[in-house]
Amino acid sequence: MMLCKLSLKNIQKSFKDYAIYFFTLILGVSIFYVFNAIESQTVLMDVTASTHDIIELMQEMLSGVSVFVSFILGFLIIYASRFLILRRNKEFGIYLTLGMSKRKISMILLLETLFIGLISLFVGLAIGVVLSQFMSLLVANMFDANMTRFSFVFSFPSFIKTCCYFGMMYVLVMFFNTIMISKCKLIDLLHGSKKSEKIRMKNPLLCILVFILASSCLGYAYYMVTVGVNTLQTANQILIPIGMGIVSTFFLFWSVSGLLLKFASTKKNFYYKGLNSFTLRQISSKINTTVFSMSMICIMLFLTICILSSSLSIKNSMSANIRELAPADIYLRKVLESDNQNTVREILEDTIQLEDYFKEYVELSIYQTEDLTFGKMLGSYFEEASKQFQFLGYNHLEKIVTISDYNRLARLYGNKEYVLNEGEYIILADFESMVQLRNQALKERPTIEIAGKILSPKYDKCQDGFLEISSNHINDGIILVPDSVISSKLLYSSEFVANYNVEGKSEKQAKENDLIASLEKLEDDFLGSTRLEIAEASIGLGALVTFIGLYLGIIFLISSAAILALKELSESSDNKTRYWMLQKLGVDNKMLKKALLFQIAIFFLFPLVLALIHSIFGIWFCNILLATFGNDKLLPSIIMTAIFLTIIYGGYFLITYLCSKTIIQVK
Amino acid sequence: MENILKLERIEKYYGSRSSLTKAINDISFTVERGEFVAIMGASGSGKTTLLNVISTIDKVTSGHIYVGGVDITKLKGNDLNRFRREELGFIFQDFNLLDTLTAYENIALALSIQNKKYKEIDARIKKVAKDLDIESVLGKYPYQMSGGQKQRVASARAMITSPKLVLADEPTGALDSKSSKMLLERFQYLNQELSATILMVTHDAFTASYASRVVFIKDGKVFSEIHRGDNTRKEFFDRIIDVVTLLGGDQHDAL
Repeated sequence: MMLCKLSLKNIQKSFKDYAIYFFTLILGVSIFYVFNAIESQTVLMDVTASTHDIIELMQEMLSGVSVFVSFILGFLIIYASRFLILRRNKEFGIYLTLGMSKRKISMILLLETLFIGLISLFVGLAIGVVLSQFMSLLVANMFDANMTRFSFVFSFPSFIKTCCYFGMMYVLVMFFNTIMISKCKLIDLLHGSKKSEKIRMKNPLLCILVFILASSCLGYAYYMVTVGVNTLQTANQILIPIGMGIVSTFFLFWSVSGLLLKFASTKKNFYYKGLNSFTLRQISSKINTTVFSMSMICIMLFLTICILSSSLSIKNSMSANIRELAPADIYLRKVLESDNQNTVREILEDTIQLEDYFKEYVELSIYQTEDLTFGKMLGSYFEEASKQFQFLGYNHLEKIVTISDYNRLARLYGNKEYVLNEGEYIILADFESMVQLRNQALKERPTIEIAGKILSPKYDKCQDGFLEISSNHINDGIILVPDSVISSKLLYSSEFVANYNVEGKSEKQAKENDLIASLEKLEDDFLGSTRLEIAEASIGLGALVTFIGLYLGIIFLISSAAILALKELSESSDNKTRYWMLQKLGVDNKMLKKALLFQIAIFFLFPLVLALIHSIFGIWFCNILLATFGNDKLLPSIIMTAIFLTIIYGGYFLITYLCSKTIIQVK
Repeated sequence: MENILKLERIEKYYGSRSSLTKAINDISFTVERGEFVAIMGASGSGKTTLLNVISTIDKVTSGHIYVGGVDITKLKGNDLNRFRREELGFIFQDFNLLDTLTAYENIALALSIQNKKYKEIDARIKKVAKDLDIESVLGKYPYQMSGGQKQRVASARAMITSPKLVLADEPTGALDSKSSKMLLERFQYLNQELSATILMVTHDAFTASYASRVVFIKDGKVFSEIHRGDNTRKEFFDRIIDVVTLLGGDQHDAL
């Protein structure tokens, strides 16, 4: 009972120390709840069955991510509680000298963790439940679902899950605390705070050298992932600039921490003005001792910014892609076994009246010949290509389309039409890596032979265009040839592309359901897809990426900000004596507060600034990487990222400042 | 002679009405310009409280304290801070140097918070460093200095602003006898050559014997007061010991 009272009193008394810990726990709990409650939030939503499948898949993936997240949070909580124990060394030392057993001290800590855990769990869940109502709006917006009725949802499974995961984390914390207490020695506890800090001055010349090396290394890494991105041939090679970036980030911090002071102290009029010398010394010693964590936090922030801004933009760009790459409502294909089989249109006309469904349609044919494989198409470049890319299907037959067929389709799509003379051909492709490969081959202007006729390329580059509707740039190559070279013997498939004769999403959906029902009665199987299907799938994918990105991004952000805040506060007892001395010397409170604010602000801004510079190039690279998704709507997502950053990072900054202010007792 | 410090019937009470502790119970005395005054007393006699109220770190319950004619018990907030940084100099038992700054920067801080220009700061540091014989340690950090050096750096920080009054709280408390002697000789030099006014609190008779006057405090009151006059330091020391014996303070304090 006495222990219980003691631990409750402790929490009350050291609330200012615990503020960061509480803030982190509450944020962690509420975010954990929100992302695990998504499925429950959507139960009442008006979505199609396939969308619901996607949401279920998303929930499963988020569950998986949650395990990872709980590891990060667990680490963070243990780190934070360790920090709190270190701050209270003296208190425990006094308990021990008074004859309290280590077991009892562990018990106090256990109870404290329990109380804090319960309070934070309760508050966090309450906030989480409120936040998840807003999440419903976001989910509805993502999946274009109608939020006709708003209903308050409480996710019981998520509630249980949050309690279990965090319960486990708290048990772990108790476990680690007990170990820590049982291992410590009384002498260290009582005199732990008295350490003589040595100030090591780094050699300024070495610093300048390291600085130049690190920045040029970083510059080259930036170059590699952006302008020189084509030099990266395989996925593994991306590790080179990433590794370079990490190493040079570390050395940049190392050298700047040394140079900052050196540089400032040469500007004597600035350095010996007010508290500048004191503040600069504070900052530089802080950065000096935390170079490693600074670099880690910088990289975490960089990841956060890239993940958030890229994932938030993916949905927008996917919608834009669908407008561009799926310009018709339905695309059907039938592979023909013999040249006298019925075309798709003919089969359809047997069962339905085309004008009942379609406003307009185009039909065309794809031809293939054994004479024209992908390998042959590459001409003299084939040797080199087959060595470099061994797994491409060089024996695949190329798809051949006549120019008049293609132009009719292009007219329907609203795409560019082409003109072709006799004896010429054009390659259409938009799949980036295939375009590059084919362009290499086209440099040599290889001629091809179809049914005995020789054709030479009209352009020495692939042209833009596609046949099938899709959500991405996936056309790996179509050969456009003059109508005269084709004979019906080469016929491979019949294609049918059409637009429904109704407008509006739900009307089109009704038409499509109707059509598919009648198609299912046919004995012929069609390949193909509809715009509605594509949109649903790609929005689902977009939402998946967005939510996982949001989840991870926010957790990374919390972790880095919390570590930074704890690092800053860990020296607050040293700072307390320093600021107290200044106060005795007669420094105005206003001046002290300014110095403190400046010190903490620089400490928080330092990794952020470098992370922002990293991010410019990181996002640039993501843009190139996701080019198949067509990332053009970056601004809104960057604004969103900035908002998250301001709220969470700024929140930690503010709490750190307020806590330090109370600790050093500047009113 | 001009009064630098004038205490007028000051009292300082702690606790509530039912259990009142009178840390200072009606003390009055004055310190004139260029004096070197030591305040002696056993632990709990109220000497530290006295220093705290003079240095405006604590407030008196009643009475007035005038420093250079200004009643500092009436000062508030930033005026108090300005008074402290412009009119007073502090020397503490545990030096109170900032561990992150070099000796030079520690001394400079006292002037830079008064918004003095660097040129002036530099010139004055060079001067005071010579006076206190710390020119060789200016570039060092506190952890690289001996206790005596640290205390002389702290003294330099206190003196450099040319304060009306230098307050020293057990300045030799953490020093060995050799360093104490050296420090006190410097104090004497500053007092005699530069006519700095020093008020020093100590419980050590040897330290007190360097002063020109010693005020004894017991139970929050002035017990007695002796002037050095033409005595040698040794003679003055013996007289101090006599009063200490009379005071009933611990004998070993005098050793």
